[in-house]
Amino acid sequence: MPSKKISLTINGEAVEADVEARMLLIHFLREQLNITGPHIGCETSHCGACTVDLDGKSVKACTIFAVQADGGELLTVEGLANGAELHPLQEGFFQCHGLQCSFCTPGMLTRAYRLLQDNPNPSDEEIRMGLSGNLCRCTGYQNIVKAVRYAADKINQAEGAN
Amino acid sequence: MSDAPELTLEEREATIGGIGTARKRKEDARFIRGKGNYVDDIKLPGMLHGDFVRSSHAHALIKSIDTEEALKVDGVLAVITAKDLEPLSLHWMPTLAGDMAAVLADKKVHFQNQEVAFVVAADRYAAADGVQRVDVEYEELPPLIDPKRALDDDAPVIRDDVAENDEVGQGSRHHPNHIFEWKVGDKEATDAAFETADIRIREEIAYPRCHPSPLETCGCVASMDAVNGKLTVYGTFQAPHVVRTVVSLITGLAESNIRIVSPDIGGGFGNKVGAYPGYVCAAAASIVTGHPVKWIESRIDNLSTTAFARDYHMTGELAADKDGKILAVRANVIADHGAFNTHAQPMKWPAGLFNIVTGSYNIPVGHVEVNGVFTNKAPGGVAYRCSFRVTEAAYLIERLVDILAQKTGIDKAEIRLRNFVQPEQFPYSSCLGWEYDSGDYPTALQTAMQAVDYAGLRKEQAEKRDKGELMGIGISTFTEIVGAGPVRNCDIVGLGMFDSCEIRVHPTGSVIARLGTKSQGQGHETTFAQIIATELGIPSDDITIEEGDTDTAPYGLGTYGSRSTPVAGAATARAARKIKDKAKKIAAHVLEASEDDLEWEVDRFRVAGSDISMKMKDIAMAAYSNVPDGLEHGLETTDYYNPPNFTYPFGAYICVVDIDRFTGDVKVRRFYALDDCGTRINPMVIDGQIHGGLAEAYGIAMGQEISYDETGNVLGASLMDYFLPTSVETPEWETDFTVTPCPHHPIGAKGIGESPNVGGVPAFTNAIVDAFAHHGVTHMPMPHTQAKVWQTLNELGLNK
Ligand code: FES
Ligand code: FES
Repeated sequence: MPSKKISLTINGEAVEADVEARMLLIHFLREQLNITGPHIGCETSHCGACTVDLDGKSVKACTIFAVQADGGELLTVEGLANGAELHPLQEGFFQCHGLQCSFCTPGMLTRAYRLLQDNPNPSDEEIRMGLSGNLCRCTGYQNIVKAVRYAADKINQAEGAN
Repeated sequence: MSDAPELTLEEREATIGGIGTARKRKEDARFIRGKGNYVDDIKLPGMLHGDFVRSSHAHALIKSIDTEEALKVDGVLAVITAKDLEPLSLHWMPTLAGDMAAVLADKKVHFQNQEVAFVVAADRYAAADGVQRVDVEYEELPPLIDPKRALDDDAPVIRDDVAENDEVGQGSRHHPNHIFEWKVGDKEATDAAFETADIRIREEIAYPRCHPSPLETCGCVASMDAVNGKLTVYGTFQAPHVVRTVVSLITGLAESNIRIVSPDIGGGFGNKVGAYPGYVCAAAASIVTGHPVKWIESRIDNLSTTAFARDYHMTGELAADKDGKILAVRANVIADHGAFNTHAQPMKWPAGLFNIVTGSYNIPVGHVEVNGVFTNKAPGGVAYRCSFRVTEAAYLIERLVDILAQKTGIDKAEIRLRNFVQPEQFPYSSCLGWEYDSGDYPTALQTAMQAVDYAGLRKEQAEKRDKGELMGIGISTFTEIVGAGPVRNCDIVGLGMFDSCEIRVHPTGSVIARLGTKSQGQGHETTFAQIIATELGIPSDDITIEEGDTDTAPYGLGTYGSRSTPVAGAATARAARKIKDKAKKIAAHVLEASEDDLEWEVDRFRVAGSDISMKMKDIAMAAYSNVPDGLEHGLETTDYYNPPNFTYPFGAYICVVDIDRFTGDVKVRRFYALDDCGTRINPMVIDGQIHGGLAEAYGIAMGQEISYDETGNVLGASLMDYFLPTSVETPEWETDFTVTPCPHHPIGAKGIGESPNVGGVPAFTNAIVDAFAHHGVTHMPMPHTQAKVWQTLNELGLNK
C-alpha cells in the first residue's frame, strides 16, 4: 500500500509518521499513536465519538484520512487539561454528572471545547444544537448541557475577573 | 481511645459519603481525561485482527466458499470457515436459552449478515481486504420474515438442524419453526370473566424490533497462552463469569485456565449479555495462530446481528365492569426470536417475566400465552434496558388501560386510581403468580398529577380540541419486576442467579471490594462504595470497587435486568455486616468491654453511655495484630446473596405533547417522571439513570425500528436509518420520587436503571394517542415517526 510521510502537531507535540494513504485519521491516532481518547462508535460520521479538533474546527476523525491532517494542529481530549489542572469543561462534566459509560465523553468534550471557542456564552438551545453531531446513549443529554453551561460560566467569570 | 476535638455526628456522617449522598463519581477521574480503558484500546504484542464475511441473503444454502484470493492478500493469515471449526466442535455453540446457534454458517445461512467466514489478518485494513475477496456461492431459499406466518403449514423451514426435535431447550413445540409455547394463569376463569363482563376491549399491539445500540459496539481480544494453556479474553461482557463458564463448556478448557476480563464498557443496555460468534472465532483464531486476536464489531454488524430487542406481537384484552373496574386480562403473543433462540432470560421463563402484565392493577384473573417462533432474521430478543420482557408487558397493560378509559369514558388517571393495588394489599399476590413486595401507587400518581396540574392540562386540552388543535396527555403508572433473581426459579445455563461481593479491609482502614456484577456506565465504583461506607463507617473515598476480572472477582451473574443493586448490592451490605460483626468482637476485646455493651455510632463502636469508643479504622489495624483468642486474623469476607423475591420498583410518568396537525411533528412539551426505587443510594446517579432511560424510551417510541423487506434485507442497520436521538430532539426531563423501601432487601433498595425505559415508552405512545382520542383513535403503532403521525392526520382529514 502506498504510504506518505506526514507531520503535524498533536496536543502541542510535533509528530512525524508514515501513514498509508487510505488510513483514516481515527485509526492513525488510535492504532499508530496509541491516542485512544477519541473513540469509534460508527465509522460512518454519525456518532461523534471520534471528534477531535483540527485547525480550529471540530472534525470527525473517522471521516478524514490521516494524510489530510498533514501540517495541521490537532487537539484530542488528552490535550484538554493543563497538566493536573482540568479544563473547565472536564470539571463541568464531573460536577454535573455529564457522563456515564463515558464512551461519548472524549468526543463531547472536544466538540464542546470548539463550541465555546466559537460561542463563549451559548444558550441551552445553542448548546444542544452545537452538540447535535455527538450522540450519547446514556445521559439523555440534560446533564451534558448543564456541564457545558457550567464550563462557559466558569470561563466567562475567570475572564471577567482578569 | 476517645479523641478530641470531636466532630459532630452529622459532620462524621458527611465525611463518610454513604447512602443517600449525591457523591460525585469516582470513575470520572479517568474518563474525563480520555483515560478509560475500553476493549478496542487494548493492544497486545503480536495482536491480529479478525473480521467477518457475512451473508448477503436471508435464507440460502451455501454451495461453496472460495478463500484462495483472500489468502493472497498482504497481511491475511487465515480464513476460518465452519469446516475448520468443526473438528474443534466450535462451529455451533449452545445458547443461553438451550438452543444451538451457528458460530459460522454451516451449509446454510439463516439471516442476512450472518457470519460465514472469519478472516484473520495483521491489521483491520488487511482483514477488510480479505473479507472482500472471499467468494461465497449461495442457492437462495424462500425467506420467512413475518412471524405471524411462521407456524403456517407451508411456511419455509428455517432450522433444518432441529426440524425434527420436539423441543429446542424451552419445552415442547409443534412446528419446525416453533420454539416454545408458554402459558400462565387460569384460562377457564379468565374466559368466564370475559363472557359475562359488561365491557370488553381488545387491541393488537406490536412492540417493534429495536436494538439497544450502546455507543460502543461489541468486541473482544482473545489471547491463548500456549505455554501455560491459559486463555484470556478481554471483552464487552455484561456477565463475565457466565462467559467463562460457557467458554469452558464449549471449548472443554478447564475453567481455571480461562480468564475473562471486562474492561471499561461503553454502555450495554442488554446488547452485551449474550455470547456472539465473534468471541468464539477470536478465541479459536488465537488458539490456532498462537497470537492474540481482536474482533471489534462495526456499527452495521452491531445493529444487524447482535442482540435485537422486542419484536413482540401482542393481542391484549381487558374485561371490565361499567365503572371501569378491571375483571380480567388476557394476552396472546407471537414472539419473533429470529433464526436462533439466543434470547437471554432465566431458563424457566421463555417469555421472561412477561406475566407481570397485570402491572400496577388489582386484576382478579388473567391468562397469558406466548409462542416463540423462528424467522429469517438476526437472533436475539434481549432485554433492552429492561428486565426480561417487562417492557413489553408494561407497554401492553398501560396501553390497554388507556383504551379501557376511552371505551368507558372515564378519565385516564381516574381509571388507574380505581384499579390500583392499594398500599395495604402488599405483599400482593398477582393472579399471574408474582408476589409484589411493596408499593404505594395512588400516592405516586396523585403526586404526579399535582406536580403537572393535571386538571389544568385536561382543561387546556379541551379548549385546544375546540379550536382543532392537538394536544395529548400520556400517563404511565408502571410496575417493574427486577433483580433476578431467586435461585429457586431463576437460572442461566443452570447457574443460579445469585450475586456476590467480597470485601477486604486493609490494616490502615481502606477497603477493596469486588463484585460479580459489571458496570457499563451505571457508576458502580461510586455507589457500591457508598453502601460499604454507611455499613462500615469508612469514607467512601477510601473504598475501591473492582469488577469484571474473573480471576479476582467472586462468581456473579453480571449486570442486566436492574439486578446489580437488588442482588449484588444486597450481597455488599451483607458482606459489610459480617465484617462489622467481627469488628465488634475485636473492639470488645481491645476495649475490654462486653459485646453487648457496644453500640454502633456512624464510624465506631462506643461503650454505651461512656466516652470510650473505637473507630473502625483502628479496629482494622487490631484485626491484623490483636484479636481475641479463637478469632482468625484479618478483616475480610465474601457474601453470596440469593434474593428471596424480585423487587418491584414503580413510577408515575406524565408526558404532554403538542402535535402539529399539518406536518405531524410531535413536540414533547413536558415530561415528568416520578420514580420509586426504594432506598436511594446516590440521587445524582439515579437522576442520571432516569434521564438516560427516558432518552432511550423517547428513541424507541419515536423512531427506532429494525425492519426487514419481504426478501429479508435488513433495513435500518446503520445510524443513517436507525434513530438515536440527538441533543436537539431529546426533551428536558423533570424527575421526582417517593420512597417505599423494599422490605426484603438489606438496605431497602429496588433498582432503577430500567424503570425509565419500561415506563417511558407507554407514556409517549399514550400521549400521542391521547391527542387523537376524541377522533376515536385507540391505538397507533410504534414508532411514532413524523411520517406515520402525518398519515393518521391525513386519514382523519385533520391536516386540511
Ligand atoms: S466514529 Fe466517527 S462519527 Fe462515529
Ligand atoms: S456516557 Fe455513555 S454514551 Fe455518553
